[in-house]
Amino acid sequence: MSDFALSQTKETFVLNLGPQHPATHGVLRVKLEMDGEYIVHAEPILGYIHRMHEKMGENRTWAQFMPNTARLDYLGALSYNHGYALAVERAASIEVPERAEYIRVITVELNRIASHLLWFGAYVLDLGGMTPIFYAFDDREQILNLLESVTGARLTFCYFRFGGVYNDIDDSFIAGSREFIKRLRKQMPDYHNLVTKNIIMIKRLKDIGPISPEMVRKYGATGPVMRGSGINYDVRKNEPYSVYPEFDFDIPVYDECDSMARYMVRMDEIEQSMRIIEQALDKLPEGPVMTEKVPKNLKPPKGDYYSAVEAARGVFGCRVVSDGTNTAYRLKLRSPTFSNLSLFGEACQGMLLADALAFMGSLDLVIPEIDR
Amino acid sequence: MIPHPETRRVLTPFILPTVVLLPLLAGGLYFVWPLVPGGVQRVLISLVAVIAFAAGNAAYLVWLERKVCAHIQRRIGPKEVGPFGLIQPVVDGIKLMSKQLLIPKGVDKPLFMVAPLLVLVPAIMSFVTIPFSEDLVARNINVGLLMIFAFASVNVLGLLLGGWGSNNKYAVIAAARAVSQNVAYEIPMLITVITMVMVTHTLNLNEIVIQQDGSFWNWYLFRFSASPLMPVAFLIFFICSLAETNRAPFDLGEAESELVAGFHTEYSGMGFGVFFMGEYANIVIGSSLAVILFLGGWQSPVSFLADGFWWFLLKMYFLIFCVMWIRWTYPRTTLWGLLNLSWKVLIPLSLINLLLTSFMVKVWPLLMGAS
Repeated sequence: MSDFALSQTKETFVLNLGPQHPATHGVLRVKLEMDGEYIVHAEPILGYIHRMHEKMGENRTWAQFMPNTARLDYLGALSYNHGYALAVERAASIEVPERAEYIRVITVELNRIASHLLWFGAYVLDLGGMTPIFYAFDDREQILNLLESVTGARLTFCYFRFGGVYNDIDDSFIAGSREFIKRLRKQMPDYHNLVTKNIIMIKRLKDIGPISPEMVRKYGATGPVMRGSGINYDVRKNEPYSVYPEFDFDIPVYDECDSMARYMVRMDEIEQSMRIIEQALDKLPEGPVMTEKVPKNLKPPKGDYYSAVEAARGVFGCRVVSDGTNTAYRLKLRSPTFSNLSLFGEACQGMLLADALAFMGSLDLVIPEIDR
Repeated sequence: MIPHPETRRVLTPFILPTVVLLPLLAGGLYFVWPLVPGGVQRVLISLVAVIAFAAGNAAYLVWLERKVCAHIQRRIGPKEVGPFGLIQPVVDGIKLMSKQLLIPKGVDKPLFMVAPLLVLVPAIMSFVTIPFSEDLVARNINVGLLMIFAFASVNVLGLLLGGWGSNNKYAVIAAARAVSQNVAYEIPMLITVITMVMVTHTLNLNEIVIQQDGSFWNWYLFRFSASPLMPVAFLIFFICSLAETNRAPFDLGEAESELVAGFHTEYSGMGFGVFFMGEYANIVIGSSLAVILFLGGWQSPVSFLADGFWWFLLKMYFLIFCVMWIRWTYPRTTLWGLLNLSWKVLIPLSLINLLLTSFMVKVWPLLMGAS
């Protein structure tokens, strides 16, 4: 296909996909050089929603930066809370009570399901199927209601604190979570029957947007994009943090390297997250949700600290450099989608426009996280 | 209830025509009408009725579509304006009409202006030969079927010119898609229609329906003596009419997640509205033809119930509902998938059907007669 695209005519035109385009889900601009409907060259252009979060981190106190983390990936905000909290806790050597760790895992996994559900709906919407997004949103709404009841927010959570979480969960949250899992277990077969097994879906996703494991390594892609290319790596398993080692769950890995593989990874991750939540709810210990020894004016000792978590879109890394004051000397956020998007330019050469958009959707881009 | 000032501002230009001009027109008509010759009277009535039917359908099919999709998607749909949102299409129409007709810089103005009309006018013209019942037909033409297909093929010209004249890359891509799609789908559709004509021996739509008199097993859908593949022919015809009218899952010409809004990206107000009306009018035409050719037109499915136009409308709206149902269930195909389906599946199938039918119609009676 690509030979055909590149050899035919030399007459190309430039198509600006974005920054305002329904398929980019945000202000991403992709400069496409097209030969008819074939893409000869693609260049993602970033920076339309850059807000200097890393610089803000140098001017705000450690605790003040926590709300910023939710503005990165607003669909899976709790993972970003978690990543930042872990890094600072490591820097200041703060212990987290066990109950808080469990609550963190439960809420983060709920948030991951919400993120994947939204992606599922929006992805099928990208492919022209307008109905699944309403079903997915309906389910996601239940999660948002649950999370709202404990965190006070529906989207941009600021729930985690250094040394625990800000609010304990109550019985209604636990009952609600169990009910939600029951509900979603009932829904998933419907989703698979209606969407996954749909012949048009299969035709549009199979062998579209191949990403070789070499390319994944070259660009540092992580998360479902990497696991869809047959690389078995998940921070929760490979470098466990929090209380993840105590749970029994699998990391879905598919070797097909195409959009279908990435789709399946995310759908299977929803199931695995449900397993984790169930186990965590069963094992939930009693106790405080916040350490008492955390100083109001936190001043971690001098040093360079890094911690990574598995967010819904891949590895979120947070590097903090402390010079012993109440603000960070340097804060570096490694966002997964930035790396995942970088391979788009190379991977979509010779692709048809429609396929390229199916491929772009399978990367699960959240633009504010790319432009931090 | 006092209307919002903005609403009043928008409605003001409509007050004078409705309050003053309409009664004047009606009064004038009352006196002039008896002087008009009978033939011209019939033409005028037919014209008004056809346009009213097409426009009313376009408006209320949008309402129906919104209701259908809402219920498929666990929503309610329009409900604020009037009971069940039934006034919504009127309000939408007023909104579209009162919007500025934006003509962007650099467009090919004549093409840009004429393109929406090229979609709508042939669609409305096609209604002229559609027999809603034995007498309820604007003009019973002997080559009605041919005329409808002649008009239907103008439709694509409108899409092409609209996309081309818009001076927008997305619109051009969409126009190119629409053309290749229409070319690919007109072939199996016409082969199927030729097959049907071989069976019916006529291009007159009225006679085609009359031939399917009796109960539902006399419909051409079940006329296995003419060709065992009749239901397949119906499916081919139905799929092709979906593709012809740019409906999902073949809505590549206006694939909003890829091409923003396709060929009508640059159209605003009634420019877009006319495209939209044309699209719905084409759906009505496609469904009507399917009803006439395969489902027995105005004939009732069982002989003890009276025939009449209500059967025609019932069958037509059922097919239209199916069209909507399909749209809100399936994702969109790609251009390749679409062309592959046409050239590799539908055209061979319709050719087989053609051969089989010609054998059954022409050779089989000879063999029977000889023996």
